[in-house]
Amino acid sequence: MRWKTTEYTGWGRALRARADLARPERQSALARITAQAPAPAIGQLRSYGDVALNSGGKAIDMTRLDRILGFDEENAVVEVEAGVRIGDLGLAFAARGWIAPVMPGTGFATIGGCIANDVHGKNHHVVGSFGQHVVEITLLQQGRRRRLTPEKTPDLFRATVGGLGQTGVIASAKLRLMPCPGDMMVLTERRIDGWDEFLAMLDSSRANYTVGWIDATAKGARLGRGILEEGEITSGVSPTRSRAREVPFDAPQWALSAPVVRLFNEAYFRRVPAGGRTTVKPISAPFFPLDRIHNWNRLYGRRGFHQFQCVVPVAEAPALRRMLERIANSGLASPLAVLKRMGEGRGGYLSFPMEGYTLAVDFPNRPAAVALIAELERMTEEAGGRIYLAKDALTSPERVRRMYPEHEKWLKAVTRADPEGHLITDMVRRLKLRSA
Amino acid sequence: MAESWIILGGTSSMARAFARAVAERGCAVFLAGRDMDDLKATAADCRQRGAPLAEALRFDARKPEGFAALIARLEREEGQINAAVFVGSMPDQAAIDADPALIDGVVADNFTGPARFLQMLATVLEARGGGTVVGVGSVAGDRGRLGNYVYGAAKAGFHTYLSGLRNRLGRAGAHVLTVKPGFVDTAMTWGLEGMFLVAPPEKVAADILRAVDRRRNVIYTPFFWRWIMLIIRTIPEPIFKKLSV
Ligand SMILES: Cc1cc2nc3c(=O)[nH]c(=O)nc-3n(C[C@H](O)[C@H](O)[C@H](O)COP(=O)(O)OP(=O)(O)OC[C@H]3O[C@@H](n4cnc5c(N)ncnc54)[C@H](O)[C@@H]3O)c2cc1C
Ligand SMILES: NC(=O)c1ccc[n+]([C@@H]2O[C@H](COP(=O)([O-])OP(=O)(O)OC[C@H]3O[C@@H](n4cnc5c(N)ncnc54)[C@H](OP(=O)(O)O)[C@@H]3O)[C@@H](O)[C@H]2O)c1
Repeated sequence: MRWKTTEYTGWGRALRARADLARPERQSALARITAQAPAPAIGQLRSYGDVALNSGGKAIDMTRLDRILGFDEENAVVEVEAGVRIGDLGLAFAARGWIAPVMPGTGFATIGGCIANDVHGKNHHVVGSFGQHVVEITLLQQGRRRRLTPEKTPDLFRATVGGLGQTGVIASAKLRLMPCPGDMMVLTERRIDGWDEFLAMLDSSRANYTVGWIDATAKGARLGRGILEEGEITSGVSPTRSRAREVPFDAPQWALSAPVVRLFNEAYFRRVPAGGRTTVKPISAPFFPLDRIHNWNRLYGRRGFHQFQCVVPVAEAPALRRMLERIANSGLASPLAVLKRMGEGRGGYLSFPMEGYTLAVDFPNRPAAVALIAELERMTEEAGGRIYLAKDALTSPERVRRMYPEHEKWLKAVTRADPEGHLITDMVRRLKLRSA
Repeated sequence: MAESWIILGGTSSMARAFARAVAERGCAVFLAGRDMDDLKATAADCRQRGAPLAEALRFDARKPEGFAALIARLEREEGQINAAVFVGSMPDQAAIDADPALIDGVVADNFTGPARFLQMLATVLEARGGGTVVGVGSVAGDRGRLGNYVYGAAKAGFHTYLSGLRNRLGRAGAHVLTVKPGFVDTAMTWGLEGMFLVAPPEKVAADILRAVDRRRNVIYTPFFWRWIMLIIRTIPEPIFKKLSV
C-alpha cells in the first residue's frame, strides 16, 4: 500500500496535521495495513477539531470502503462497510421504506465516524444515539478481526461506540433500520420570540424530529428568539436530487463579521412567516440542510472556526440561558446556532448525550472567541453538563475527566485493546485521554 | 428490455462507480476480476442499489483459457449484453527498465487480455445485433513519454484495437466507446508524485455513461484532457524527445 503524505484538517480547519495516509479500496488491503502498520482510522473528517488528526503519524482513510453489503429485511438489519456515508444509506433505503434511525446534521458522516462519536440526530429524544441501533461491529485490531455485539462483548462494545477510534479500526457494521413511510418530510416551522417560549415549545413538542435554530445575536427581550422546526417523515418519493453548490475559495474576514451575521439572522428569522408554515420536502433537505453547499466551512477563511457544543441537565436551563447571554453580548457568534432537547440515550462510555438541553454555536477562530469558549466550558461544567468531543479543539484534560465519569472504564478497555498506543490521535494526546 | 453489463476489472474504483450507476438504472451486473471477495462485496452493493442480478465472476487477463466460461455465462442472459473494460496495470517505469520481462504483463493486462476477451464477445454481440463495448484506455496512450511509455504503448495498442472493433461491430448495430481518462483519484494514482487535476472516479463513471447514451466514439474524461493532449501531440518530436512531461 502506498502512503500519501499530506496536510489535512477537521471540519473547523482551525487545527491542521501532516500525516501519511493510506486509503484502502478493499477489505483485504485494510486488513493488511492494520496488521503491518496499525494506525487510527479517519472518515469524512466532519468532526470539527482534532479527534481525527494524527500529526506526524499515520492514518487510514476509510472513505473508499463504502459498500452496502446486505439487507436482512425480516430483522431490518443492514450490513455496511464503515466508509458508507450515512446520507447515502438514507437515500438508498428511504424510498424502499426504511431509514437509519439516527442521522447527524450532515449526510457526509461515515458509519465508522457515526459509531466512533456515537452521534445523535434531531430525534435523539425519541430514539437515542447512533450506537444504540448498532447490532454488530467488525473491528480490526492489528490484523485480528473481532465481532463485537452489545450482548457478547458489552465492555469492548461500549468502549468502541463513542470511543474515538481508540479500540481498533471499524471495518464494517450491522445496523437496525426503522420502517418509514417514504422519503419526504412534513416540516413545520414556527417563529419563537424568546428563551422561555423556546424551552416550553421544545419540552412540549410531540414531533419525532425537533430542532431549534437560535439567533445567537439577539439580546434583551429577544434573547433566545429563533425558529422551531418539527418534522415527520411522510409518504411519497422525492423525484429529484438537488445539485450541490461549492464555496470555491476561502472567504475574507468580513464575510461573517457581526453586522453581516445580524443582518443574516434577521432575514433568516423573518423567512418564516409570523404565523409559521408547513411544507413538504425531500428528507435530505431538513436532515442535511448545510450539505447543499459543499465546503461551506471555507466561509470562515483560512483561520477556520470552532464549534462549541454542550449539553446541560434539564434543571440547569438557567445556566444555559446565561451562556446564551454571554454569547449574544460578545458579538462573536455566527449564524449557526442550534438548541435541542436531548433524551438520555447513549451507547458508549464516552458518549456525549445526556438528558437535557444541548446548545451548539459556531465561532470564527479568533482569540476573543477562544476565551469566550473557555468561559462557556467552565459554565457547562459548573452546570453538571459536558461538551461534545466531536466538536472540540480547545478544552483541557482535567475538564474532560470531570465531564465524562465513565472515562476510567473506557480507558481500561482501550488499554487492553491497543496496548502499544498505535491508535492515539492529536485529541487523545492533547486531552491525555489514554493516561490514567 | 433486459440489459446486462459485464465489467472487467471490477475491483477498480472507477469500475465500482460505473457498476453502481448501471445498477441504479436496473441493469444486471457481472463483476469480473481476480479478487473474488472484493467483487462479491461490490456485487452485493449493486443489488442494494437496484440491480436485479449482480454476480462476481473470475477473470484474469493473463489466463485467456478462462474466457470461454465467462462468455458462456453471459450468453445465458437474455437481452442486450454490454461490456466495460477497466482492466489495466501500471508498474513503475523504473521497475520495467530493471526487468524488461514485466512488459509482457503490462501488455497482457492493458491490451491483449481484454482484446482476446472482446474478440470472443464480439461474435455474441453480432449475433444479437446490438450491445455496447466500453474500453478504458488512457491519455498515456496518445504519446509515449519518459515516465510510462510501456504502459502508454499498451494503451495505444488497445485504442487502435478498439477503433477497429468499432468499425467491425458498427455494421451489426453494436457500438464501441473508447475512454481516455486523464488523472483519476484511484488506488493506481494514490500517493504518486506529480498528479494534478485529479478527477473523482464518480465523475469519470458519469462521463462514461453519458457517452454510452449518446453513442460517442472516443471521449476524454474530464473533457479538458482533449485540449491538453492536443497540445502534447502537436509538440514536434525533436522538441518532445527532450522534454520530461
Ligand atoms: C454540518 C455538520 C453537522 C453535524 N451535525 C451533527 C449532529 O447533528 N449530531 C452529531 O452527533 N454530530 C454532528 N456532526 C458531527 C459529525 O456527525 C461527527 O463528527 C461524525 O463523527 C463525523 O463522521 P466522519 O466520518 O466525518 O468521521 P471523522 O470526523 O473523519 O472521524 C471522527 C472519529 O471517528 C473515528 N473513525 C472514523 N472512522 C472510523 C472507523 N472506520 N473505525 C474506527 N474509528 C473511526 C476517527 O478516528 C475519529 O475519532 C455534524 C458535523 C457537521 C460538519
Ligand atoms: N487512475 C488513473 O489516473 C488512470 C488514468 C488513465 C487510465 N486509467 C485506467 O483506468 C482503468 C482503471 O484503473 P484504476 O485507476 O481504477 O486502477 P486500479 O484500481 O489499479 O484498477 C485496475 C484494475 O485492473 C485489474 N487488473 C489488473 N491486472 C489484471 C489481470 N491480470 N487480470 C484481471 N484484472 C486485472 C485490477 O484488478 P485486481 O484488483 O485483481 O488487481 C483492477 O480491477 C485502468 O485500465 C487504468 O489503466 C487510470
